Amino acid sequence: MGNLLAIILLAVLVDNFVLIRFFGICPFLGVSRKVDTSLGMGMAVTFVMTMASLVTWLIYHFLLVPFELEYLRTVAFILVIASLVQLVEMVVQKVSPALNRALGIFLPLITTNCAVLALAILNIQNDFNLLQSIVYAFGAAIGFTLALVLIAGMRERLELVTVPKPFRGSGIALITAGILSIAFMGFRGMIAL
Amino acid sequence: MSSKTATIFTRGILTENPVFRLLLGLCPVLAVTAWADSAFGMGVSTLAVLTASNIVISSIRKFIPVKIRIPCFIVVIATFVTIVDMVLGAYFEALHAELGVFIPLIVVNCVILGRAEAFASKNGVFHAAVDGLGMGLGFTLSLTILGAFRELLGAGTVFGQNIMGAAFEPIQLFALPPGAFIALGLLIALVNILYKKIGLE
Repeated sequence: MGNLLAIILLAVLVDNFVLIRFFGICPFLGVSRKVDTSLGMGMAVTFVMTMASLVTWLIYHFLLVPFELEYLRTVAFILVIASLVQLVEMVVQKVSPALNRALGIFLPLITTNCAVLALAILNIQNDFNLLQSIVYAFGAAIGFTLALVLIAGMRERLELVTVPKPFRGSGIALITAGILSIAFMGFRGMIAL
Repeated sequence: MSSKTATIFTRGILTENPVFRLLLGLCPVLAVTAWADSAFGMGVSTLAVLTASNIVISSIRKFIPVKIRIPCFIVVIATFVTIVDMVLGAYFEALHAELGVFIPLIVVNCVILGRAEAFASKNGVFHAAVDGLGMGLGFTLSLTILGAFRELLGAGTVFGQNIMGAAFEPIQLFALPPGAFIALGLLIALVNILYKKIGLE
């Protein structure tokens, strides 16, 4: 159990997916203008990342490894993720209109969120077992949501101040993210796997 | 070179520079630019995948059904990424280890899928190749500039050559993850000023 807790803390804080590892920067800059849309994106990503790590782990260990097709990893994973996102979208539409409204346009965007593919590959590289993979995925997704919501809160404030013209838009957002990243550097070395 | 070809070629480098103007594919941009040489290696790998996938997608564009075009593009891109992964692993082991998980992640680089969707699937093979080269060069150039900037401040060197002299105290922050965000933010502001000066806005 202690191990699983360490994995969660590692994924959320020490190795934060966005601020320290740089996975999923596009949605991080694209949809982090408002706190509530960030929460929506975070929920959608948590959902897909947990599912994707489960499915890609099973595919890798029960399909690619037995047939010695490990070199097809990248192709197989990205196809699985793309179809999974499509499937999740269809299920959510059918089962829960409320959740569908909340996640809305964020679901299709997740296919090209590199955090999902990165997670699937890291699970394999770290030799995680199935339970560890799912826990790591959940932690990474929470870390992603945390970073997104934090930066959205800061950007909401930034709209009210006068920023020097060349920095307006993405320039200041990146520097804000840098300062936030310094804060997360404080967790460095706390936990190692 | 006809003027249309020239426009397509220079667009990716200047007016629609993927990194500094469009902010596309930023994950590798931030992650591998602590050193100029790994940044350059990443740029060239992306350039290769982008040009090859643009050529293939453009040449099969008439056979791809519109509805499932995105999965088709992704399969083509993923194939070339796997090839680049294998080539780097075989001939450039140090670079392969340094770039690590970001090599397979070239698949989800939005610059590549973006060019496939916006250009290669609508234009002829020659122009698609030129577009891929232009965009790829723009990407490589931006990555190398950012890498050189961070290496210069973070270690006092560029491509491993000492520039700043022995008295320079490296600003370690720029070699660490926060420095990537800050350096890119600064360079984007600088590019904004420059573009305004020469009227490319």
